[in-house]
Amino acid sequence: MLMSMILQEGPAQTTNYMIMGYAVIFGLMLIYVASLYLRQRNLKQDLELMEELKD
Amino acid sequence: MEPKPRLLTILDIVTVLMLIIATAMVFFYAPMEAVMGNVQRVFYFHVAAGWVGMLGFLVAAISGVIYLRTSGQKWDRVSLASVEIGMVFALINVITGSIWARPIWNTWWTWDPRLTTATIMLLIYAAYLLLRQGIDDPDRRARFGAVYAIVGFLSVPLTFFSARLFRTIHPVVVGTNQPGATGAFDMTPVMLQTFLFSLLVFTLIFVDLLWHRIRLGKLADQVEQMKLKATT
Repeated sequence: MLMSMILQEGPAQTTNYMIMGYAVIFGLMLIYVASLYLRQRNLKQDLELMEELKD
Repeated sequence: MEPKPRLLTILDIVTVLMLIIATAMVFFYAPMEAVMGNVQRVFYFHVAAGWVGMLGFLVAAISGVIYLRTSGQKWDRVSLASVEIGMVFALINVITGSIWARPIWNTWWTWDPRLTTATIMLLIYAAYLLLRQGIDDPDRRARFGAVYAIVGFLSVPLTFFSARLFRTIHPVVVGTNQPGATGAFDMTPVMLQTFLFSLLVFTLIFVDLLWHRIRLGKLADQVEQMKLKATT
């Protein structure tokens, strides 16, 4: 595959793979940040509930 | 819960701005590689993600050592946070590598030494997260986590050096490529600047996420203790 890329004129047409790669990078980072936010929100709710029960 | 420190808010903003600049550099500043075309641009964040993965596992091992010496729960929180973030970035590294490999190696996956050791490393840390959940006693869980993070770290240098020690088709950035390495390229000064800047930005992302994740761990411990008190 790389050999045919070297032999062809100009760079290979690989833009779709680049888009796919960056979609994965930003997608996974976004999912992780969202999971941090959601876990924090749920824990805060739990903490508030526990404090209410204590009172 | 403690209020969010001002420094953390500043770090959040700086990190996002730096990530935008790094992304702009990858797409508009760095030139297109002459043979591979645009897919080579994946390299900048692929390597940076791999670096953050390994950095996370290193921090987890160091925190594990400190926990075993001091028994301070905060070091267990640091260890867990580092492993979790390391996992996310190691996964990004493996998936983007596979995407790059499709047009360059003509396959999504091959059991090459580098890919194999990276997968083993990921599985070792996935097991760390799963096994921790099975231990209820916080002290036992922390002790187990510390020992596991130290022993599990052996997989990190193995992964790093696998592309240098074994016969592999995976190219390397630092050091000499193996004769069969496919997809290696010479970096121009602009490519090198973009690469080094990406490494810096991803390190900053790691610090920022680590801080957030440690705060989350502290909150989780607080809730766990309150629940324990309520049931006893």
